[in-house]
Amino acid sequence: MSFLSPTTSSIFGGSGNEDGSAATGHGGMLVNESCLDFLMMELVDAMCRTAIDEDTDREVIFYKLEMLGYRVGQSLVERFTVDRPRFTDTLDVVKFICKDLWVIMFKKQVDNLKTNHRGVYVLQDNNFRWFMRMSTDIGGTDSSSKATPYLWFPCGVIRGALANLGVSSVVMAETSNLPQCKYFLSLSQQSQCRSRAFPSGTFQIKIAKS
Amino acid sequence: MSSSTAAKQYKSLGDDVWKNKVEKINAELFTLTYGSLVVQLIKDYEDYAEVNKQLDKMGYNIGQRLIEDFLARSNIGRCTEFRETAEVISKVGFKMFLNITPNITNWTPDFKEFSLLLEENPLAEFVELPDDAVEGGLWYSNILCGVLRGALEMVQMQVEAHFITDTVRGDETTELRVKLIRFLEEEVPVGED
Repeated sequence: MSFLSPTTSSIFGGSGNEDGSAATGHGGMLVNESCLDFLMMELVDAMCRTAIDEDTDREVIFYKLEMLGYRVGQSLVERFTVDRPRFTDTLDVVKFICKDLWVIMFKKQVDNLKTNHRGVYVLQDNNFRWFMRMSTDIGGTDSSSKATPYLWFPCGVIRGALANLGVSSVVMAETSNLPQCKYFLSLSQQSQCRSRAFPSGTFQIKIAKS
Repeated sequence: MSSSTAAKQYKSLGDDVWKNKVEKINAELFTLTYGSLVVQLIKDYEDYAEVNKQLDKMGYNIGQRLIEDFLARSNIGRCTEFRETAEVISKVGFKMFLNITPNITNWTPDFKEFSLLLEENPLAEFVELPDDAVEGGLWYSNILCGVLRGALEMVQMQVEAHFITDTVRGDETTELRVKLIRFLEEEVPVGED
């Protein structure tokens, strides 16, 4: 099914205004942020509902949510990089994720970026927007565990965004302490994009060395 | 209060809530996420009628939560009749969430059924359906029907909502039909006496 394929830019080639300024997303249509919040909540719930056995199906849920995000990430990048100059290197691409993409999605930038300069990056968001109003009665690891599926969609977005910028990766995420979360990007040049779910909900983005 | 006065009041209320009381985001992320969801559902269910059902069900769940957000921000009291409900849905509801104001048309003589004509639809912005989706009967924005159903049920109205036409399918208009089945008795929640 490809009617929403990010490569068919004629479908997503504009926004509310049929002019070039639409490319940056400014002046495009706006909606209430609650719409996205409600949609995300229901998305996660709906995917979790398809799981019969909580443990073994966690991977399936992860896969579905991550794939949902992947498609969105690809399209977002296509839409929001039209006016930009070419990316100079991988770090430039990751910085785009941390700044521009994060602002588009969460109205703020990533708080902390670390790298080992060998293809592994850690993005830390201390006040993850989707966690801001989440808690459970028990708190602590219970909250973290229940909140983790909400990280899987953004993992896919990151991986999709990277993919469309020519970077192959594996993305993992974890949260141990709401509302903080971390995304682990591992970039790899040759290998296919692979996403593996870990029970703790960590995503590693492996980005290909360029 | 005449209905046109009421309509004007709801319009300015809706405009005010949209302008001053909601956090706004770029619609694209929302549109893309919704589109990605529809693609996923099609992959999972492979049957467009079932996808329609799932979208409606998801919308129903969303509607039950959304109504609280709506009531909190709009501070609207109970509607006295269904005609008022229609105005509120269009000028306040749709306005404060999707920043659109569908036209209300095609009332039945008993005022229990009406249509919403959507001139714009953020969910389907720049979406084109492939032929087999059109032939298979996919209603791309069917989540809206569920949202209406779920939200109105929480305020004691049982309604049925479905799309009649959709520009995404190549139709001239996008028309959503809403029918009041009955008013519901207010029930005391289980556990409270």
